[in-house]
Amino acid sequence: MSTTTKDKPQAQEPVPRAITSVGDRVFAGLTLGASLLILAALASVFIFLFAKGLPGFNRAAEVYGPRADSFLGYVAPLLGGTVIAAIIALIIAVPLAWGIALVISHYAPKFIAVPVAYLVDLLAAVPSVVFGLWGVIVLAPKMVPAFDFLNSYFAWIPIFDGDVSNSGRTIITAGVVLAIMILPIITAITREVFSRTPRLNQEAALALGATRWEMMRLTVFPYGRSGMVSAAMLGLGRALGETMAVAMVLSLGGWSGNLLGPGNSSIAANIASKYKERSEDLLSVLIASGLVLFLLTFLVNFAARWIVGRAERKMAGA
Amino acid sequence: MSADLTKTPTETPDESSEETATGTSRGAIPITAAQLPRLAPLLVAVVGAAVAAFFWLILDWPPVGSLIVGGIVYLLALPAWSLAVEGRRRATDRMMTGLVWTSAVIAMVPLVSLIYTVISKGAGVVNSEFLTYSLFATQLDQPPGIYHAIMGTLIITLGAAIISIPIGVLAAIYLVEYGKRNRLARMVTFLVDVMTGIPSIVAGLFAFALFTLLFGAGFQGGIGGSVALSLLMIPIVVRATEEMLRLVPDDLREAAYALGTPKWRTITKVVLPTTIGGIITGVTLSIARVIGETAPLLLIAGLAAKTNTNPFDGAMTTLPVQIYSFNSRQETIDLAWGAALVLIVIVLALNLVARLIGKFYAPKTGN
Amino acid sequence: MAKSIDVSDLNIYYGDFLAVQGVNMTIRARAVTAFIGPSGCGKSTFLRSLNRMHEVIPGARVEGKVVVDGQSLYGSTVDPVAVRRQIGMVFQRPNPFPTMSIYDNVLAGNRLNAKRMKKGEADSIVEKSLRGANLWNEVKDRLGKPGMGLSGGQQQRLCIARAIAVEPQVLLMDEPCSALDPISTSAIEDLIHELKSDYTIVIVTHNMQQAARVSDETGFFNLKATGEPGQLVEFNPTKKMFSNPDDPATEAYISGRFG
Repeated sequence: MSTTTKDKPQAQEPVPRAITSVGDRVFAGLTLGASLLILAALASVFIFLFAKGLPGFNRAAEVYGPRADSFLGYVAPLLGGTVIAAIIALIIAVPLAWGIALVISHYAPKFIAVPVAYLVDLLAAVPSVVFGLWGVIVLAPKMVPAFDFLNSYFAWIPIFDGDVSNSGRTIITAGVVLAIMILPIITAITREVFSRTPRLNQEAALALGATRWEMMRLTVFPYGRSGMVSAAMLGLGRALGETMAVAMVLSLGGWSGNLLGPGNSSIAANIASKYKERSEDLLSVLIASGLVLFLLTFLVNFAARWIVGRAERKMAGA
Repeated sequence: MSADLTKTPTETPDESSEETATGTSRGAIPITAAQLPRLAPLLVAVVGAAVAAFFWLILDWPPVGSLIVGGIVYLLALPAWSLAVEGRRRATDRMMTGLVWTSAVIAMVPLVSLIYTVISKGAGVVNSEFLTYSLFATQLDQPPGIYHAIMGTLIITLGAAIISIPIGVLAAIYLVEYGKRNRLARMVTFLVDVMTGIPSIVAGLFAFALFTLLFGAGFQGGIGGSVALSLLMIPIVVRATEEMLRLVPDDLREAAYALGTPKWRTITKVVLPTTIGGIITGVTLSIARVIGETAPLLLIAGLAAKTNTNPFDGAMTTLPVQIYSFNSRQETIDLAWGAALVLIVIVLALNLVARLIGKFYAPKTGN
Repeated sequence: MAKSIDVSDLNIYYGDFLAVQGVNMTIRARAVTAFIGPSGCGKSTFLRSLNRMHEVIPGARVEGKVVVDGQSLYGSTVDPVAVRRQIGMVFQRPNPFPTMSIYDNVLAGNRLNAKRMKKGEADSIVEKSLRGANLWNEVKDRLGKPGMGLSGGQQQRLCIARAIAVEPQVLLMDEPCSALDPISTSAIEDLIHELKSDYTIVIVTHNMQQAARVSDETGFFNLKATGEPGQLVEFNPTKKMFSNPDDPATEAYISGRFG
């Protein structure tokens, strides 16, 4: 914009130039306005959520009932459910995503790699409510034998001790559904960094007499390490914020300590199922819990980007 | 090195040379090595399948469990055989190859199961009545339908697109063409990052808080859903557009400036047209992304049985919310599958359109 | 011991496309053999077929025979991984592993074969290889620093050190100086002179002066015609090649009439 205003004093400028410089200023103003609007939108999101949510941190004890009497007591079990479900999802999704990424980028011939990549992208397009539906109706009953197995042989681990849900609607099932949902984003980023490994480095490894796997370990993994980590973190951020799949699979109630039982619901799922009560008090509590969730996902995403940025700076500096 | 030169080339190759790091054996390491037959993986796969069949048919295990046992047999037997014949390095390589392929196959299972279930359970439900009637019964024998939800989805998503696309595209133009990494541009970039991380339920809470404040506690309406979806859609549009604009080489801009074209005309007549395909692709994908959103709409757009085409007045059902609602009652679960099929078809169609546009507009010299 | 290589009737294909046709030659042990020719004539492809590196490109295959020390490279029981360990390679652009230190770069190949290596043993391999690559004096005080921090010429010598650390029989060099400045190029050429007492060296170069300076024998590759496969036009001692070539096409290329 400053460049266009500088043009003005030059008297020898032909007349049409003055007209176009108006166009320039209008257009630049529009784009600037759009950017400022984004700023304003985000600011208003924060202001609103804080204004509406702050009272929720400190309501009368009975608002948090029946299980808790303070905000911390209310949100902590839900936070637990949120984090545990996301971690289960991550444990399942990350190795699978690395495997698929390798298949697409290095192992499969092109006529397999392209359709596989397309199918994984397809997975990303499926709406979360459909995943939830599939999780409840198809997956959950199939999980029951596995839960019985875990309960019979691994009950000495406290998280597998206790009542086994006979519907299969447990946090593990929710975690599996979440894993499938975050698989595409982790795969997409990981496969991108894998395929960006310099060809020359890979050939150098092979020319030293490395097997294919050794070539991966010498070049592909070190080169893509930060991308692999940040992909997992972005997947974690997604899993933490996902609402419907968890809300549909799990019944209400926060973290119970038993992975095989009912409950273990998450913050997002709790909001989705409680908002209907339409009490001003409870609403402020829900918004406050939403703020906690937002803070958590923000930190995770921020960490992911920081890792990527640091790696980029390192590569550029070398 | 001189020590090596004294070795005679006829020195017998040392079997252990593979495990020693120094090149004492610079004489003649054989380049041939014991290898498994070419069909070894297939052979072991057959064994694995036989084991799976044994567990399934004879021991009466559940099919999934038997398959897992068979898979483990395959994953262990091939490297073990290779270790005995070819040595540690080849065995590791074979094992990792097996694991990598296995993970890809495993990941395909839920996708196939999901698509299969949605189609097999949904196809019987979807018919012309299902698509053209709403749930609001005006006659006693009226079949249930999701017309109201389809309309709601289209209207709310259209509203979100009307809000998001101009803001997103213009902001991206600012970031790439005007901002040039100044403080505001860096801040917007950062905030767009923050926005991509907003959990959808939080976007819904915001719209809920905003509209109940403005229009009273009981407010429900499609416009609230559009606003909530915009919060999720804008960052995707900005990102996609930004990426596309950065692909336009600076030579092109300079060539236009050199012809005396003002900056805004350069952008609208040169930069945008060269990259319009990519931008449309990105925008279409962002629509596909938000059209399946459920949580924010559950909060603010509500649920109604009647078709409502006015986003400013009254509850407006969308397909995802309708699916959620169908799912919560045992007798309507079949309808949920039908609605899920319709939703998936819409999303996939959008994805397909996005890809076709991308392909159609792709620079011809790209290959 | 350095080994000689016998190539007979070698055809190299990418899928259905015949890239190089009918090559016959004997590459002498402990000598430098240079391949020259216009770009796209298949000299690099041929070089890569000498340690089965061309297989990295999907669809690539060969017909014919390459025999090193009595063993055919393309026999059915031959392990390409073992071949590449015996026949090292240096590439067009320096390609040290970006995440590794200088020290680890040199040892990368050795570590593939030996999981555990004594510290003293490893140190001596690193020093010997870096001395062999004329790099020791320049980097001995910063062996722990990343290999990417070196200059282009130093990086290329690091790659040579990495290749000779596994003590191969043959060293293949694919235009090793094409990305380097004249001073670094001359350092590499000096190094090639020293290395030939221990290794059979095959070098592809687009620079005829370089071929004349470093090589004992030279092969001239050319396309039969546009769209036809590349072939070996002439293979002779370098002196003869540059003073009195047999083939008129060689003379035309050397005197700069095309290419």
